[in-house]
Amino acid sequence: MLKRISALMLAGLTAMAVGGCGGSGGGGAASGGGAITMGFSQVGAESGWRTANTKSVQDSAKSAGITLKFSDAQQKQENQIKAIRSYIQQKVDVIAFSPVVESGWDTVLKEAKNAKIPVILTDRAVDSKDTTLYKTFLGSDFVEEGKKAGKWLVDEYKDSKDPVNIVELQGTTGSAPANDRKSGFQEVIGADPKFKIVASQTGDFTRAKGKEVMEAFLKSTPDIDVLYAHNDDMGLGAIEAIEGAGKVPGKDIKIITVDAVKDGMQALSDGKINYIVECSPLLGPQLMDLAKKVVKNETVPTRVITEETAFNQEQAKAALPNRQY
Amino acid sequence: MRRLLWPAVILAVLLLVNVFFTANFFSIQMRDGHLYGSLIDILRFGAPLILVSLGMTLVIATGGIDLSVGSVVAISGALACLQISQDAGVFTAVVLALGLSVLLGAWNGLLVAVVGIQPIIATLILMVAGRGLAQLITGGQIITINSPSYKIIGGGYWLTVPFGILLVAVVLAITVFLTRRLALGMLIESVGGNAEASRLAGIRSRGIIIMVYAFAALCAGVAGLMISSNVSSADGNNAGLWVELDAILAVVIGGTSLSGGRFSLGGTVLGALIIQTLTTTIYSIGVPPETTLLFKALVVTAVCLIQSKSFREKVFGRRRRAVPPSPAAEEKVRVTA
Repeated sequence: MLKRISALMLAGLTAMAVGGCGGSGGGGAASGGGAITMGFSQVGAESGWRTANTKSVQDSAKSAGITLKFSDAQQKQENQIKAIRSYIQQKVDVIAFSPVVESGWDTVLKEAKNAKIPVILTDRAVDSKDTTLYKTFLGSDFVEEGKKAGKWLVDEYKDSKDPVNIVELQGTTGSAPANDRKSGFQEVIGADPKFKIVASQTGDFTRAKGKEVMEAFLKSTPDIDVLYAHNDDMGLGAIEAIEGAGKVPGKDIKIITVDAVKDGMQALSDGKINYIVECSPLLGPQLMDLAKKVVKNETVPTRVITEETAFNQEQAKAALPNRQY
Repeated sequence: MRRLLWPAVILAVLLLVNVFFTANFFSIQMRDGHLYGSLIDILRFGAPLILVSLGMTLVIATGGIDLSVGSVVAISGALACLQISQDAGVFTAVVLALGLSVLLGAWNGLLVAVVGIQPIIATLILMVAGRGLAQLITGGQIITINSPSYKIIGGGYWLTVPFGILLVAVVLAITVFLTRRLALGMLIESVGGNAEASRLAGIRSRGIIIMVYAFAALCAGVAGLMISSNVSSADGNNAGLWVELDAILAVVIGGTSLSGGRFSLGGTVLGALIIQTLTTTIYSIGVPPETTLLFKALVVTAVCLIQSKSFREKVFGRRRRAVPPSPAAEEKVRVTA
């Protein structure tokens, strides 16, 4: 009996789910004439940065009068591909997404192109050879961020002749920010042989992993002068590991991170981090402008860079009270 | 005891490999009034995995499997951190989080034992829905808290020893007592061997099954508290991600069969420690991040093969027998082949 009831319930749920899909699909097609409908596939909510990014996109869509269909891929490429396919089926006017990893997008982007739906990449790039697959890429220049981090380091140690041992906490392996922040940083510090990256591992952009990897580094590499973390959260995790080892973060080990989220800025103004390169998540307004342009078939530059800066400890103290995210 | 031999050998080899790369790998010092060293790290970061694996062992012993433990880890950490961020006491937060975990586990058990859904499907529901629930609790944000007393659970020390390790020791001791000193362990093995026959023999299979799933979720809940407390923040997305797979692997490495029946708690602990040691090894010997997963896969494959008795006999046994050319031995090989 129970089995039969649960089977009935399951059937009911499935029917509802199918009904739901059909309904929203119809809505998307109907709105094709008037207001713009945008399908946006977010990476996930892995960090405070990402949450601020999501909020910026949602808020500016509302104020720009654009209907937003939002989906969270929970860090999985297959979820993003599924989301993009469903946007194509729903016939949205424009698709925007932040790719989880750089490669493997050609097929689904071709499907979008065949359906004549323009695609805007936000925040992260794809490595497709065929650049006609998307209209434009709006986001930070991660190589430049890595270079900024490297320049500060070179400047900080310009009077010293001793070797500088650096450990690096990379972002998710294969993701654009991890690849580019690494290469930009290496390009700048590579000019001087005294800078040496003695250990480099992925911390998956999370605090827990950042802490775990840093704990291992502290034991396997006794002499660490500088930590370069590809985002604030890994840096914050690593700070706990450094404190646990009886060292003072910011003094015994200098710390450079990227992003400038609120928790990171707090640590920076507390003197636990030495330098943060900003990577602004507030690209919603720029995204909506671009979306309106590509829907009207106006030409847009293939690369749009978000406005960004960098903070040292004094600047962080000044900027912290106004930090939104 | 012999069943534990191979996992123990593998763990020892992995630890020894580290000495080649990190000379002071085995040294344990006192720093800031607590123990400090690589071995302590392995135990401390391995503690949540050991807990989850203990629960998983009992579930697997009943012939089931629990895929939802990773989500329960996330939910428990998220609920506790949310409560603390809203100025609830640490005790209330911990009790609420563990209470919810047990409820979720009992739900899994009900689906399996009463409704009769296959365990892998029944727990898959919570695995997927649970992540959503965790995100619902955190509002998609990472909740950062600042509570020194909550911090103790996963990141603190008690009498110089990391509190997490003590917690695991206590849970392990209780589990061993309940399953090996009382009849409970035998009942679980009998349900795993044949649930229907056990019921006919007068064992309340349903109750036992619901209980082991609730226990697995409770262990996962404690692990969730540890993980979130260690970094003073709850991350609905990443906390406990894929821990169910690591836990199943730990159980298998420990020598418990996935088809249910006999189980080995000691083996599971060794299995979990092997996995954590492998992770630490990867960090300290500097395997490039691009090849980390491949490296792990190769080691795990090797470990599983060495564990397998029939594999050992095929590869090592024949060679050993072939060396002394005795006709009787050759005869035997031919017969078994």
